[in-house]
Amino acid sequence: MTDQSPILRLENIVKAFPGVRALDGVSLDLRPGEVHALMGENGAGKSTLMKVLGGLHQPNEGKIYIGEKQVVMDRPQTAKQNGVVFIHQELSLADELSVAENIFLGELPRKSLGRVDWEKLYTDTDAILDRLNVGFNARTRVGDLSIANQQMVEIARALTVDPRAVIFDEPTASLTDSEKVVLFDVIADLQSRGVGVIYISHRMEEIFKITDRISVLRDGSYRGTLNTAETNEEDVTQLMIGRKLDLSRNKVQHEMGDVALEVRNLSCGKLFHDVSFTVRKGEVVGFYGLVGAGRTEIAETIFGLREPSAGKILLDGQEVTINSPQDAIARGISLVPEDRKGQGLVLGMNCRDNMTLPQIGELTSGPFTSDKAEVAIFDKYHDALDIRTPGWRQTVGNLSGGNQQKIVIGKWLSMHPKVLIVDEPTRGIDVGSKSEIHNLIRDLAAQGYAVIVVSSEMPEVLHVSDRIVAMFSGRVMREFTTEEVTENNLVQAISGLSEDRVA
Amino acid sequence: MSNINRTDLIKQGAIWAFIAVELAFFSIAGKFLSVTDATFMDPENMLLLLKQSAPIGIIALGMTIVMINGNIDLSVGAIFAMSAVILLDSMGWAWMQSLGVWSIPISWGLALLTGVVLGAINGLIVWKTGVDAFIVTLGSMLGYRGLVFMYNGEQPTSHLNWTLVDFAEARFLGLHTATWFLLVVALILWLVMTRTVHGRNAYAIGNNREAAVNAGIRVGPHFLWNFMLIGFLSALSAVVFYSESGSVNPNDGMLYELWAITAVVLGGTKLTGGYGSIISTLGGVIAIQLLRKGLGHIGSDTETVNLVIGLILIAVLFLDRQLNRKGKEELRV
Amino acid sequence: MAEISKAGLSGFLARQGIIVAFAVFMIVFAIANPRFIDIDNISGVIRSSAILGVMALGVTFVVIGGNLDLSVGSMMSFSTIVVLDLHDKIGPALAIPAMFGMTLCLGAFIGFLVGYLKLNSLIVTLGMLSAIHGLTLTYSGGQNMDIADKRGTWFNVFGQGDIIGIPIPILMFALLAAGLGVVLSRTAFGRKVYAVGGNGTAAVFSGIPRARIVFLTYLMSSFCVAMAGLMQASRSLGSQNTVGQGLELEVLAAVILGGASLLGGSGTIFKTVIGVLILGFIQNGLLLMGLAFYAQYVVTWVIIILAVWLDIAAKRGRLLSPIA
Repeated sequence: MTDQSPILRLENIVKAFPGVRALDGVSLDLRPGEVHALMGENGAGKSTLMKVLGGLHQPNEGKIYIGEKQVVMDRPQTAKQNGVVFIHQELSLADELSVAENIFLGELPRKSLGRVDWEKLYTDTDAILDRLNVGFNARTRVGDLSIANQQMVEIARALTVDPRAVIFDEPTASLTDSEKVVLFDVIADLQSRGVGVIYISHRMEEIFKITDRISVLRDGSYRGTLNTAETNEEDVTQLMIGRKLDLSRNKVQHEMGDVALEVRNLSCGKLFHDVSFTVRKGEVVGFYGLVGAGRTEIAETIFGLREPSAGKILLDGQEVTINSPQDAIARGISLVPEDRKGQGLVLGMNCRDNMTLPQIGELTSGPFTSDKAEVAIFDKYHDALDIRTPGWRQTVGNLSGGNQQKIVIGKWLSMHPKVLIVDEPTRGIDVGSKSEIHNLIRDLAAQGYAVIVVSSEMPEVLHVSDRIVAMFSGRVMREFTTEEVTENNLVQAISGLSEDRVA
Repeated sequence: MSNINRTDLIKQGAIWAFIAVELAFFSIAGKFLSVTDATFMDPENMLLLLKQSAPIGIIALGMTIVMINGNIDLSVGAIFAMSAVILLDSMGWAWMQSLGVWSIPISWGLALLTGVVLGAINGLIVWKTGVDAFIVTLGSMLGYRGLVFMYNGEQPTSHLNWTLVDFAEARFLGLHTATWFLLVVALILWLVMTRTVHGRNAYAIGNNREAAVNAGIRVGPHFLWNFMLIGFLSALSAVVFYSESGSVNPNDGMLYELWAITAVVLGGTKLTGGYGSIISTLGGVIAIQLLRKGLGHIGSDTETVNLVIGLILIAVLFLDRQLNRKGKEELRV
Repeated sequence: MAEISKAGLSGFLARQGIIVAFAVFMIVFAIANPRFIDIDNISGVIRSSAILGVMALGVTFVVIGGNLDLSVGSMMSFSTIVVLDLHDKIGPALAIPAMFGMTLCLGAFIGFLVGYLKLNSLIVTLGMLSAIHGLTLTYSGGQNMDIADKRGTWFNVFGQGDIIGIPIPILMFALLAAGLGVVLSRTAFGRKVYAVGGNGTAAVFSGIPRARIVFLTYLMSSFCVAMAGLMQASRSLGSQNTVGQGLELEVLAAVILGGASLLGGSGTIFKTVIGVLILGFIQNGLLLMGLAFYAQYVVTWVIIILAVWLDIAAKRGRLLSPIA
């Protein structure tokens, strides 16, 4: 790195919300042409810091400098006018509008009488799209684009001004590997033009691949900046969580029982075809593949949320028909869903009520629900899973991601399932809770549960599974035992490169 | 519009196809069932139909914009009545009478101002408190109606001005004054929604409010403008209607919000905002009025119209959902 | 510590603000005019609120389940007209169950559309508002409905009778409120209604039959409407076709005033009862103060907005909306 004067400098930023000090004196500097990673667990203050920088929050203390000039970011435009642009994690596009209107959202070129200058709008848009080398045009409706292309629209939006600093917030969350390559090319291009990039991500491989420096936040305070070339994953993790993390792949092996779940030639429309596999009692089977490979859809079909177009599901050797989640639950199948907040929890309800929801109909004395029976279940899993909450009356929405996930897991363990399906068990969960949940999954298998883990994170799949099913584009490409699997052949299988397909 | 693809064409064509079916049905059925000898498709009859569409129509056009925004306005009927009361009452004031013909534009101005102010109150509350527009306007629907009753008790407010009546009954190129108002408002709003920054921002906000906020669109003032606009249009509707009738009951305009919303939904505007078209709403308005007149024409009880419109509204919703289904693969939630 | 108690206070106000407001309101009016808390006056207010109140109980279920019901007003007109008509045709003992049956069919139809067909409840019930109004007019031929022999029937007990001095409408309202309150807060069905309204997708993922629960909330709502229609018919023994017109919004106002969120998942029967009583006592209090009858509308408007505003302001921690 050449030591140039920073293009962007945050100095001692403090932001307090009622009851919380979200940012406690954070400083950061961004040099021209560098990719600067911003890391931290969820709730560490990354988003708040970026909102302050973007003019969506006003800091209580601290200063922001663009070059040598101090700037007060009082509204979103101010940031943009100063060449600081954001590419948000959650796509913020208007589906019904055209690509051009989205790119120039909030600053459509005007003619007299408040009319839109369509000609200028399309010319300007085409110029930007040319630079990105994309396969759609300015007039396409954004709702008709793929997720990756929508992300490109977001990036194009950043290029409407000649940016000095671009902030990417978890940009690869929903991208395929080939789409990531395109994204990294764009970042490299920005870098070569002397633009500074702030890159927020949880994914270590990416961070080490493309960034120059890494700054870490923890609990709203600044923990230091490392040169990427001079550090490693463990050091960064330690900085993030304040302790060492055991990421070893060695797991305790235990006895396995009979086949609990068998799936034969299961298909569901265009989502997945001809999928067969078995899960034994005491076994963890990992499903690994890219987003859209059909893993979640298989889980949902087994749980009765989708109607299979062909194939059989067998439980303990008996063929079963599952038409609804009620059927699945009655037969001893549980699903911890992918989207914790959207599918797993009723956020406005308290912890206990969430946990007892699937069996509330049975927890009755006479016609009424039994407080005692409900609290007993909560207490049991509260202790067993080490859920940190002030009490069962706490609203679930107020818990951290990790504790929320434990509530969902507790909810399904309390049903004593034969087969437990866990979809993306640690998505959006901080590193500390992650390993707790991994250990928990291993413990459950040891207790004799048949477990399916669906995950997009390779280390996770490698860490928890006894067997790994690799999927690509709705098909099972290959099954691996722990001995067979390497990162390399796993990646090949899920990219559709594997030759030896196991049906 | 810059991008019209096929599904858009189907969506925007549906209401006109529906109108064509209505016309055909009532013309044919009318031959057998009609209580009079008049033909349904009689041009004079159709022109009258357009005129009768105007009061709800002008409001429905404004409602389209508010609904594209992702809001709703339930207070339009009350604003309509309040503006009408101001219009007719102000013409009776002593100093106004001394102005002669000039009292007309002034009372119009006062009535329109009333609408704008009441709309602005709604808009300001939505903007500043962050309370959902449904609740805000549900409240003001009661509140504004209360104001109407407090103004003159349960008595009708009347003032007949023959110059006005002549104006309202005049026809230009065959169309009634009210029809002209409806068409001009539709044209202007169509231009606003398709050609201006304000209109495009309305779609953006309804489509993805957070994105609009992030992009620096000032959502609050934008809402305020649109509530003022629909207040203005409710008042304009009252001005057009009561210039001719000359007498307003404090209960007038009740359920107008429901009729207007029905017309907008029939026209295909999304309830969640972000999608809709002024022209299709005009189609929705005409379709409803056609149904009213048509049912009368074939000798059915005028009251049946409520039943039929209610069921058609539900049927449209059902069809829309069936068209948007993804088939068997869909998640069962 | 000061911060905690302040947060505790605003949290308390957010949760129980409506009850505090109700108490303050009653005290102020009682001081302004002692007749306000006269037992006859209070009983009169509750009695005249009972019909609205009974309907609000049913709508509370629908709203907590995450939907709206704008059809209750015209449905109430329907049940009133039907029971009055049948009274003379088949006698009150058969007319009442027949009317309940017909009203429940309407509720089941709406429940089917919203629950099983998953259509938007605002539009469905808006359509049904209009459709049921048309149905009522067709049924009655547009005529007012009257019982021929108003003196020779026991039918008036539901609206005019009393037991040990307590008017029967009040008794019916109270019993129904108590019963439905228990159903909502103490049974598995009640819990499922909260879950479906709070997060319908999560409820389905927890094995709760969302469609059936939504269906049942509309059935309960129509049951309450039938009850209200019975009380209305029995009170007046004759009725116009439009007797319930506009009530849907007053009912909704009471439910919202009670603190139920239109997004679903929150609210209680007890708070709805408070909401109903507030509306009733405002009307009464303003009349006693000599204000015009219609001033209550304006005051109700202000109170609804304030109630909802303060509720969300407490949740977001600031008075004004953050939208620019």
